[in-house]
Amino acid sequence: MSERAPYRVQGRTGEWELVLGLEVHAQVASNAKLFSGAATGFGAEPNMHVSLVDAGFPGMLPVINKYCVEQAVKTGFGLRAEINHVSVFDRKNYFYPDLPQGYQISQFKQPIVGEGTLEVERDDGSRFKVGIERLHLEQDAGKSVHDMDPHWTYVDLNRSGVALMEIVSKPHMRSPEDAAAYVKTLRTLVRYLGTCDGDMEKGNLRADVNVSVCRPGQFEKFMASGDFTHLGTRCEIKNVNSMRFIQQAIVYEARRQVEILEDGGKIDQETRLFDPGKGETRSMRSKEDAMDYRYFPDPDLLPLELDPAWVKAIQATLPELPDAKRERLQSQYGLSAYDAGVLVIEGARADYFEQAAKGVDAKLVSNFTTNELLSRLSKDGLEIDQSPIPPEDIGGLVALIQDGTISSKIAKEVFDHMWAGEGAPAKIVEARGLKQVTDTGAIEKAIDEIMAANPDKVAAARDKPQAVGWFVGQVMKATGGKANPAAVNQILQTKLGL
Amino acid sequence: MAIDADTVRKVARLARIRVEESALEPMAKELTGIMAWIEQLAEVDTDGVEPMTSNVAIKLPLREDVVTDGERQGAVLANAPRSDKGFFVVPKVVE
Repeated sequence: MSERAPYRVQGRTGEWELVLGLEVHAQVASNAKLFSGAATGFGAEPNMHVSLVDAGFPGMLPVINKYCVEQAVKTGFGLRAEINHVSVFDRKNYFYPDLPQGYQISQFKQPIVGEGTLEVERDDGSRFKVGIERLHLEQDAGKSVHDMDPHWTYVDLNRSGVALMEIVSKPHMRSPEDAAAYVKTLRTLVRYLGTCDGDMEKGNLRADVNVSVCRPGQFEKFMASGDFTHLGTRCEIKNVNSMRFIQQAIVYEARRQVEILEDGGKIDQETRLFDPGKGETRSMRSKEDAMDYRYFPDPDLLPLELDPAWVKAIQATLPELPDAKRERLQSQYGLSAYDAGVLVIEGARADYFEQAAKGVDAKLVSNFTTNELLSRLSKDGLEIDQSPIPPEDIGGLVALIQDGTISSKIAKEVFDHMWAGEGAPAKIVEARGLKQVTDTGAIEKAIDEIMAANPDKVAAARDKPQAVGWFVGQVMKATGGKANPAAVNQILQTKLGL
Repeated sequence: MAIDADTVRKVARLARIRVEESALEPMAKELTGIMAWIEQLAEVDTDGVEPMTSNVAIKLPLREDVVTDGERQGAVLANAPRSDKGFFVVPKVVE
């Protein structure tokens, strides 16, 4: 765990520090909605995936989806959090055209999941812990389209009623990079668990960012006492849907708050929107409209009681989690923290690596997977499970290096042919005659010929041993790069009398 | 609990119900009376009594994750005062 200096804003009156908390909305990867039997699929015609419950028709009653409850519990376990065996659904009341019921069914006082922790990994491999405040289940709203007509707003309720897990962190993040790293780690976790597909482009995972600024030292007082009055007033930036925007929004918002405070002003606790085009945040709601959601328990829904045996059964289905997997890859295969980190970002990557590493040098397999394969895949916009090279062939390639059949340099060439779909590495090496020449007779013959043709170079090399490199190059050229470099060097040393 | 005209104005606004200025004061009086009547319940000692959430002994029923509904755009839009290309159409809302 490494402590890192928080992000600082240099003001006219001194330094300011950032305090950040995130609310991440993760769409549950379910077939049907949270309280109705309508489908959740993306890209349908408007208002096709809508039941009369989702459209808020009078007299329609919600019935909760068991699978969604299970995913919330599973995610709770992934966050090492307390599972609340009794939780309650409340109505959050507000009016907006894409909220046909006039309220959102959410959980206010008694969420399904309580406090937990997420260990976050930064890009450089260092780690820090973020406290989780809670996770609750709630309905998504519909979508308002404002640009189809100058005078009218178009409303599509396909998303209305889709299950969301709102995951609320404690205000434990201190820099834009750490906030992005938190979202990244959380995304990896829900993808491992299979509870959310983590697709930020489709809006299936999005973040509200709470930003406040304070003087150095105040955060430590807050951490020691839990007293929020040590911190500044926060603003909430709604629905930021990429890692880059999260960071941009925070940087802008911190600067804005510092300027207000240094001019002697006060921060209004409010909801703001991030405009990616302008790179700035702006106020969303006017003050006289200050939100008063008037939460109360939804009379249509009884409290959600979880059978302890069911909760245990859910826990038993948990896969190996990313941090445990990273540690195992390091200890079992001797990988560096960085390589292990790259592999565990996607469960499928780690699976691929483990398949490929069976019985061969794991470090070499990791190099081929993380360097060659992943960069090719990302260039072609492919995921690892779409790789044209099966994991066994990466293992096969490494086996050929290990038994001296090919050099690592030739292996890269073989890899290119594998990528081009020419089949298994052994077959490619055979068909293309890429076998490493370890036959000293053949190497000697090549060296003799080169020495005979270049007496001046021979003299030069005897004077200046560094010039031997020229000979190595020539031998490689003569043998099509297949000569064993160690053998070439050794024979050259002898023949040149160095 | 006494309810004043300002509270009535605020609640009416939150509920999107129009209440004429002249009706605020009488309604405040009426609501104060209703609240006082309900507050009699507070006289009952409920220490150690679990809140009752239902008068029938059933648990929250759970549904399987199966698509059983939807695909009824026509019915969903049938009562909409205005619709176009499958969307509900409402007066412009600006954020």
